[in-house]
Amino acid sequence: MIVIIDYQAGNLTSVVRSLKALGVEATVTQDPAVVAEASRVIFPGVGAAGKAMATLQELGLDQALRQSFRRGVPILGICLGAQIILEHSEENQATCLGLLPGRTRALSPAEGLKIPHMGWNQVRFLRNHQVFKDLSEGAEYYFVHSYYPAPAQTAMVLGVTHHGREFPSAIGWRNLVATQFHPEKSGRFGLQILENFLAWDGSDAE
Amino acid sequence: MLSKRIIPCLDVRDGRTTKGIKFKNNVDIGDPVAMARHYYEAGADELVFYDITASSDRRNILIDVVRRVAAEIFIPFSVGGGIRNLNDMREVLLAGAEKVSVNTAAILEPALITAGAQAFGSQCVVLGMDVKRVTPSPTIPSGYEMVIHGGRTPMGIDALWWAQEAVRLGAGEVCLNSIDADGTQAGYELTLTRMISEAVSIPVIASGGAGTPEHLHQVLTQGRADAALIASMVHYDTYTIADIKDYLAQRHIPVRLVW
Repeated sequence: MIVIIDYQAGNLTSVVRSLKALGVEATVTQDPAVVAEASRVIFPGVGAAGKAMATLQELGLDQALRQSFRRGVPILGICLGAQIILEHSEENQATCLGLLPGRTRALSPAEGLKIPHMGWNQVRFLRNHQVFKDLSEGAEYYFVHSYYPAPAQTAMVLGVTHHGREFPSAIGWRNLVATQFHPEKSGRFGLQILENFLAWDGSDAE
Repeated sequence: MLSKRIIPCLDVRDGRTTKGIKFKNNVDIGDPVAMARHYYEAGADELVFYDITASSDRRNILIDVVRRVAAEIFIPFSVGGGIRNLNDMREVLLAGAEKVSVNTAAILEPALITAGAQAFGSQCVVLGMDVKRVTPSPTIPSGYEMVIHGGRTPMGIDALWWAQEAVRLGAGEVCLNSIDADGTQAGYELTLTRMISEAVSIPVIASGGAGTPEHLHQVLTQGRADAALIASMVHYDTYTIADIKDYLAQRHIPVRLVW
């Protein structure tokens, strides 16, 4: 069972529809017991880190996610879901899930650059990963965010994007991968990433 | 590097796409779902649907279109036109739109912007601005006035002030339409676009007047726009999106070339 975690952080419709286009029916749930039985977990989300963490704790989904990570279930974090898997977020100074070591930081405004970083941008992948295979050179992905994930270990940075400066836009470790961009809104290559994730066994091997 | 977005705009009336000249004489040019699919495959970076249905059943017709479009395309799209309250916004977003654009209702009731941003996030809330050039006056110092009801009703509100106020209230993006340029295909309103874009911290989509790729080049450089809305120039097959992007790329404008 493929589970999409609903913690009232934004609209999950487009994630559900993208999977449907790939021929996959996912279960959208707020129930930790359902997450516990998932064979694959998608953790999307937009909005503020502080409120998201409070809701996750209230619903008991924080523990469910930690258990899924420990069980080795393939997990895909998207946008806010790529941020609150770290230990801490500068947004609301929130204590986060701590699945990976590191912090979520604010994008700093630079001359002529707008925040949020909204629109299409490239990702320079730094290492081979099953989830990011078969993507074309020069492909772009849809972003909308003001914060970015900064894992403590450079080995956990799978891809970087440039907006004023380079920031990690794809991260991962063991059975967890996460993208700051939205694969569900990134056209053909975004769908490819989702399809790769659905086929991934959760191993870190290239 | 962040790409400049090229965004086809589909005016939808009674579930069909139309295109008017200065908001009048709308003619039917097609099925919005088929057109959305076509533009998605042709390299559009985003789509805008503007609903101008007048019938009492407009809500159901629109939601049906949004739902069918969302099943076909996997890029962001926004929906505007007749969005009056939080419930209208919720329906459109749950039907699969990424963003919702508020225009008249936001001016009449600015708290709607804040409520929308709090409920769905700022990134979902686009401020649609219909703007007309006027002689600068003490109430309209910028010389650009807000108009509503599809361009018929001047509001006595300065466009520059309103853009900044809307950002303060929580808008995540501005879609800036010049009534003077709309449908003319004679080029965007560059002075207006630059003025608003430099005054706000959020992205600005320029709208109204696109006729040639050079017009897009102008508005993305001189106009400082983050994105450009297009309609007639692609609806009538005068240019493809690839033609426009190639033109811009040759002139060193960052655009998404692989899709």
